[in-house]
Amino acid sequence: MSASSSRLDAGGIINRDETLKFQFDGKSYEGHPGDSLASALLANNVKIVGRGFKYHRPRGVMSAGQEEGGAILTVGTGARREPNVKATMQPLYSGLESFGQNAWPSVARDFGRVNDIGSRFLGAGFYYKTFFGVRGGTKDWMLFEKIIRKAAGMGTASREPDPAHYETAHTSCDVLVVGSGPAGLAAATQAAEAGLDVVVAEQDFTLGGDYLSQPDGAHRAVEAVAKVESLGVSVMLRTQVFGLYDGCVAGLIESVTDQETGMQVRQRMWIVRPRQIIIATGAIERPIAFGNNDRPGIMGSAGLRTYLNRYAIKPGQEAVIATTNDSGYATAADLKASGAQVTLLDARTHGPDAPEGVEVLRGRVPVKGEGWSELQGLQIGKLSESGEVSVEKSIGCDLAAVSGGWSPVVNLTSHRGVKPVWSEEMDCFLPGETKEPIKVCGSAAGLWDEEECRLSGAAAAAEAARDLGVNAPVIERPEPRRTNTPTMALYEVTLPGKKLKSFVDPQHDVTTGDIRLAHQEGFVSVEHMKRYTTLGMATDQGKVGNVIGIALMAAATGAPVSKTGTTTFRPPYSPISIGAIAGRSVKQHFRPNRLTPLDAWNKKHNAVMTQAGLWWRPWYYPITPTESVDDAYEREMKITRESVGLCDVSSLGKIMVQGPDAGEFLNRLYVNGFGKLAVGKARYGVMLRDDGIVYDDGTTWRLSENDFLMTTTTANAAGVMAKLEEYLQTRWPELKVSVASVSDQWAGIAVAGPKSRDVLEAVTTECDLSNEAFPFMGIREGVIAGKKVYLARISFSGERAYEVYVRSGDAEPVADALWGATEPLGGCLYGTEALGAMRVEKGHVAGSELDGRTTLEDLGLGKMASSKKAYIGKALATREGLHDADRRQLVGIIPTGDGKRLRAGALLMADTEQQGHGEGEITAVTYSVELGHWIGLGLIKGGVERWDGKTAISADPVRDGNTEVRIVSPHFLDPKGERMHG
Amino acid sequence: MIIIPCPFCGDRDHSEFSYGGDATVKYPALDASAEEWYNAVYLRKNPRGAHTEYWHHVGGCRSWLVVERDTLTHEISSAKYAHDGYGDSA
Ligand SMILES: [Zn+2]
Repeated sequence: MSASSSRLDAGGIINRDETLKFQFDGKSYEGHPGDSLASALLANNVKIVGRGFKYHRPRGVMSAGQEEGGAILTVGTGARREPNVKATMQPLYSGLESFGQNAWPSVARDFGRVNDIGSRFLGAGFYYKTFFGVRGGTKDWMLFEKIIRKAAGMGTASREPDPAHYETAHTSCDVLVVGSGPAGLAAATQAAEAGLDVVVAEQDFTLGGDYLSQPDGAHRAVEAVAKVESLGVSVMLRTQVFGLYDGCVAGLIESVTDQETGMQVRQRMWIVRPRQIIIATGAIERPIAFGNNDRPGIMGSAGLRTYLNRYAIKPGQEAVIATTNDSGYATAADLKASGAQVTLLDARTHGPDAPEGVEVLRGRVPVKGEGWSELQGLQIGKLSESGEVSVEKSIGCDLAAVSGGWSPVVNLTSHRGVKPVWSEEMDCFLPGETKEPIKVCGSAAGLWDEEECRLSGAAAAAEAARDLGVNAPVIERPEPRRTNTPTMALYEVTLPGKKLKSFVDPQHDVTTGDIRLAHQEGFVSVEHMKRYTTLGMATDQGKVGNVIGIALMAAATGAPVSKTGTTTFRPPYSPISIGAIAGRSVKQHFRPNRLTPLDAWNKKHNAVMTQAGLWWRPWYYPITPTESVDDAYEREMKITRESVGLCDVSSLGKIMVQGPDAGEFLNRLYVNGFGKLAVGKARYGVMLRDDGIVYDDGTTWRLSENDFLMTTTTANAAGVMAKLEEYLQTRWPELKVSVASVSDQWAGIAVAGPKSRDVLEAVTTECDLSNEAFPFMGIREGVIAGKKVYLARISFSGERAYEVYVRSGDAEPVADALWGATEPLGGCLYGTEALGAMRVEKGHVAGSELDGRTTLEDLGLGKMASSKKAYIGKALATREGLHDADRRQLVGIIPTGDGKRLRAGALLMADTEQQGHGEGEITAVTYSVELGHWIGLGLIKGGVERWDGKTAISADPVRDGNTEVRIVSPHFLDPKGERMHG
Repeated sequence: MIIIPCPFCGDRDHSEFSYGGDATVKYPALDASAEEWYNAVYLRKNPRGAHTEYWHHVGGCRSWLVVERDTLTHEISSAKYAHDGYGDSA
């Protein structure tokens, strides 16, 4: 052992043949495969690895597990910088770069330590009080703000996008075992021997749990693991079960690699559906609150034992171990064996025999850590029978380890709403009973003896097997019980009349004084106390200080711990990255991309695409590389109105409605009649919701007596389909109607403009296109490019127009044929921008007016409602409020000044003074080439009847300011519809 | 995560379904009064415990199901078709 290394010459589960170089705060160090970042730092004698959150006191490694409150580091740089990494859980890898947090300029020399001296300002509720200006806080705030701002919070995440890949996976199994310690591996073995499909999830990067902390641990862990693997158990390493959910579903995060290459994923989220869950999550050692118990050099006794045996590290030469239970003796023995000088303080007067060479001081407790930056000694005290402490002496030491008893990890059952139960006898919370197929075993169930843990694991697995109807032996489950030398309930060491800075939650700098302050200020419920003091919040999730905090609150209120209760544990057990939750659903995979059958064709014709819901649709088709969207849509609408244009309308919802009662069904759905619609005709229909508000519109075509093709808006296609199914399956089971979505099966191309008939005549066979044979709203079959098509003479643009529907697979040849006839006539392709512009000119309503608030009357469609029949929404549409004279109704809008543009989203005001939400709003605008100025649609109180010809103010304070507009009829062009009928 | 035993598809995750509301509501005839419709559309019990509700297997067989679910525990005790089919006369 060299002077700069505390690594022992032999032992441990590390590969000494290989060296890994890594960095901490810019300095280079070496470790070995098998090391955690924390063990590698300890091996290099790096004592200070972080700074406290509020007081900036130096912090060292405090544990060897998930409960770490000191060695919380930032790992990685640039886009890969990850803050708040528990160094104890981070496997070392070559090239790892790590940084201390909460410190400037460095953890070793941190200016913020001034907070520690000024700490009377920073107690529980500090922020609340400061902001409310009590205690002259404002002045203090000014003084400390800069330092506190720099210090507040933990590490900082990268602001760059996370370059790593993640994914989500699903699996199921018979039994999921959480944890691979003695209990978990025994459970997995027993379950696998019963023939069950078993998965073991272990959060650590080495299997074996508590086995690994023992002197002969490596060997025993390897044996136990070999056994489960030979039985075909799936073992998942570095996989944390972060939550249990309804229906026996477990959420797991697997850390696949820290140095992924190519498309390799960094982390994988697993959604596991086991039939039985066995929780073998073990227990976490509790600290004892005493003065300066956060000094670097003071750590948990179990953690120290892990460093000794698993990592072959002796972090000090002269050590004091303070314990309230038997587990401190094992650590003392192992530490002594490593050659250190060891004094063991046992708070109890009776305990096991002293380990060889270890001086045991019984009835003695730690009072105060000594030394400014690193531990130099421990003041110890004598505990009287009545519980009072008197200072006895100081012992010089560079290492202290503390065991205040054990807390079973009850988080996962708590996720299921099962409250942990305080056991006075065991001095810990035990998991509550659940009726779900969840069994808890080992130390998680309050068993401290290794053999009992194994037995309880096997018993839980056998029980799980029998619950699944599989033969398994009956094994009696050991119950938690008090031994001859039980744990002493000691949470805090106080000195009468002396103030000690004793930390309950070092991660959040919560002291015993903060708990008492919270009580004094009335925050007596543990849930309130937690939020007021921040005890056990954020990345800690109640692992370290919870029990002490609750016990101190119980002492302050005079109630027993069992009546004081505990905070609710919620997923995740420890923090998980958001990237892992998002999985592959990022960037272009965030949501599905729906492409029309003409997508490639559109792009071949230079379409600029835009997303409408999930659909990608042509926005406009620039004829030069620099043509702007405004220039393009004006050109497209002009050409379409003057000659002819083609538009891909494939995204419209299309639903086949078939059966003897199809006509009756449509009659009930639409406000207007469909029962008597002639075969070969289409009709525009509007449907309402149950509450009388307009839901959707579209044309529905009668193809034969019992076959209708309904079209819906693009946006509501899925919703309308679900509604039709609901009505048929739940409300009107007597109707013999079948519905099928055919949106993807048919491509649709609108052929619009005065020359649309010429285009079709050039390419269509087997169809008479004359106005007499094929009038407005007619539906005909025909053939284009050898493909069967439906032709519908319907018009959204207001021009003479047709829609051609063709099987999706035949869309391209038909589009080619239509374009082949359109181009020579000077026609164009047009996109959604021109489509929307032309509908505004016609005053047709669309999504921005069908906003879930408008009635038929509001939209000027009141006359469509049939008085001869009942339909969905009719009854509630009669409600008084839906006929109020002040309702916002559809109007047309034009600017009063020449050349002024309008803005969709602007509010309409009665005069220049803005009043609340005004009288209405502009819903859609366009420049009208034919009219030579901007036009808009909008909704305004009282509608055309109240406003026709009057002026209003279009208020758009964040863009153009105020514009004077005139309210007119929404039908700007060809109000009688002569063009489309001709 | 709730598992819903669809009578057509078997046990499926609830993410394949969409919730369809209270299945005990009896919708009145289309020509019934606004008041009857008001009661059906707006008034709901909010039971703690057993609840009969619709779920639409929208990402599966498209059946509307009547599901008995405990609102407290999410335990599902039964799931059956909302529509029994037309029988032999169809
Ligand atoms: Zn189904």
